[in-house]
Amino acid sequence: MDLLDFGIIFARAIFVIVFCLTMVPVLIWLERKGAALIQDRIGPNRTSIGFLRLGGLIQIIADAVKIFFKEDVTPGTVHKFYFYLAPFIAGFVSLSTFAVIPFADNLKIGGKLVHMQVLNIDAGLLYFFAIVSLSVYSVVLAGWSSNSKFPLLGGIRASAQMISYEIPMGLSVIGLMMIYGSPHLNDMVQRQGELLWGFLPRWNVFLQPVAAMIFIICAFAETNRNPFDLAEGESELVGGFHTEYSSMKFGLFFMAEYISMVVSSGFIVTLFFGGWQIPFLTTELLTNYAKPIIQISLVLASLISFYICTNLYTYHKVHKNRWKDSRDYEGLIFSVITGIASIIMLVVLVLMSYIDLPTWLPPVFTLLAQVASFVIKVFLMCWVFVWVRWTLPRFRYDQLMNLGWKSLLPLALLNIFVTGAVILFLG
Amino acid sequence: MIKVSRDVSELKEDIYIIEIMKGLGVTIGHMFKNMFDLSKLPVIDYPNQEKGIPEGYRGKHRLTQRENGDPKCVACMMCATACPADCIHIEAAETSNNAIEKYPNRFDIDLLECVFCGMCVEACPVDAIRMDSGIYSMVDFNRRDFVVTKNELLAIKPQLESTKALDIRHPMQKYK
Ligand code: SF4
Ligand code: SF4
Repeated sequence: MDLLDFGIIFARAIFVIVFCLTMVPVLIWLERKGAALIQDRIGPNRTSIGFLRLGGLIQIIADAVKIFFKEDVTPGTVHKFYFYLAPFIAGFVSLSTFAVIPFADNLKIGGKLVHMQVLNIDAGLLYFFAIVSLSVYSVVLAGWSSNSKFPLLGGIRASAQMISYEIPMGLSVIGLMMIYGSPHLNDMVQRQGELLWGFLPRWNVFLQPVAAMIFIICAFAETNRNPFDLAEGESELVGGFHTEYSSMKFGLFFMAEYISMVVSSGFIVTLFFGGWQIPFLTTELLTNYAKPIIQISLVLASLISFYICTNLYTYHKVHKNRWKDSRDYEGLIFSVITGIASIIMLVVLVLMSYIDLPTWLPPVFTLLAQVASFVIKVFLMCWVFVWVRWTLPRFRYDQLMNLGWKSLLPLALLNIFVTGAVILFLG
Repeated sequence: MIKVSRDVSELKEDIYIIEIMKGLGVTIGHMFKNMFDLSKLPVIDYPNQEKGIPEGYRGKHRLTQRENGDPKCVACMMCATACPADCIHIEAAETSNNAIEKYPNRFDIDLLECVFCGMCVEACPVDAIRMDSGIYSMVDFNRRDFVVTKNELLAIKPQLESTKALDIRHPMQKYK
């Protein structure tokens, strides 16, 4: 262990935390905008810092400032210790689960193998289940310590729901462990880079569709999101387990929900959608053919950037006199910026064909490309969470239990047997 | 036992997945349609663009005037009596005009207590009070400022023709 090792560990941890925390505002924005578009509305679009509106992202800053400066009320009858502990458990659990997710392939720097996950342990999946099952404590403690009816009901519902959905969730991944013979997540992701029948990426969603479905459904239930948000159930239970919370203690629950959305998406992507793998581009391919791949992606990025530039310009022309202040120039400014960016990319492209790449660049490029692929996949999966939330109504409590115990559990068991039989016959 | 026939097969609904996929298809369809063309959304850009309100809408009150600018009101107290919220306060005074004898020295309406029922308009025998101003957003920083006085009420103009309700309905509503 020298300084470099410590630095690497530190950098990975920081990356994961920063990634999770920056995803929170982005997801809130995604949720609000997604909900608005699905419901034929526009969503937040007016808050601004100077000319910056960023399509409503600034609204999230305003919300954050508001929630920080709200009065923090602690009702007199609560059990103080547990009342304060609950939001911290929520935040801690959702942040620490991300530790085992690999976000890029192992990197070789100067003969040293660097694992691109914070915790490179063999029991990756087991760690996930161990930590995630702690999250029920936050809900139960919050519900009980609030000393009030609605939070208590919310807490009871949530504990029953989370415990019953953890079982099919755990069973659904057993099929995967049978295929790979290990719960180590990076191994699984590496194996998903192969091809199935020569044309399909060998993602687990194609090998284990039933398991994928069960896991995704259970992930919704674990994160307490619609259609499984019985813990909150604002139409029946006021606010559910966080009724008595205010200010940033409530904010912590709120953030934890979004972080656990990111984490669940991360796990779904890692287990079933190829993790950091870019379809058809393995690590060797990316490293060996770094130059042409960089060139192609530069061309694509430049084209996309140019498209955005022209679109923003037409937007600016249509909405010239909308606000009558500096916000009117936002479209113009960003159109200029994207236009310049696309030109710079073209210049870099031309320059690149004259020089040879330095040797350190291909591995770094591979790393960045894989991280980008992972982030994009996680983002799309988060979008699925949002999309489902604004489509489906909430389950009734008995329906929820029926689905969990009478449908998902037998299905998960059946999946294990079928997988076992197939493995046995195919060798 | 009464059997109610349903026109969808129960099994198909019990599997959930098919119906859920259909629902997801509907919502993503809306999203894509709206993402590429925001101009077709049935929304208005509110403070920049106002929808206006339909005729007959009971907005903020106003007092009508005679030709010389005096209030038409004869301080008969009909409106104050009819008001269920008891929020009209009139102070009558004598006037030299013998035809009407009285006029309101003070005429205050507490808009925070008012329920906008329109009884005052119904009760008035001389058409002195109306609610056709078209003002629906009443905002202030102070409770006291919600008590509007006679001069303020006299100054309010009726809603102009040009600002009367735009036809902004949801696309689905237009077919009804
Ligand atoms: S609208 Fe109704 S409540 Fe308001 S002042 Fe007139 S009578 Fe009173
Ligand atoms: S507004 Fe009409 S009803 Fe009210 S006091 Fe004046 S004249 Fe009488």
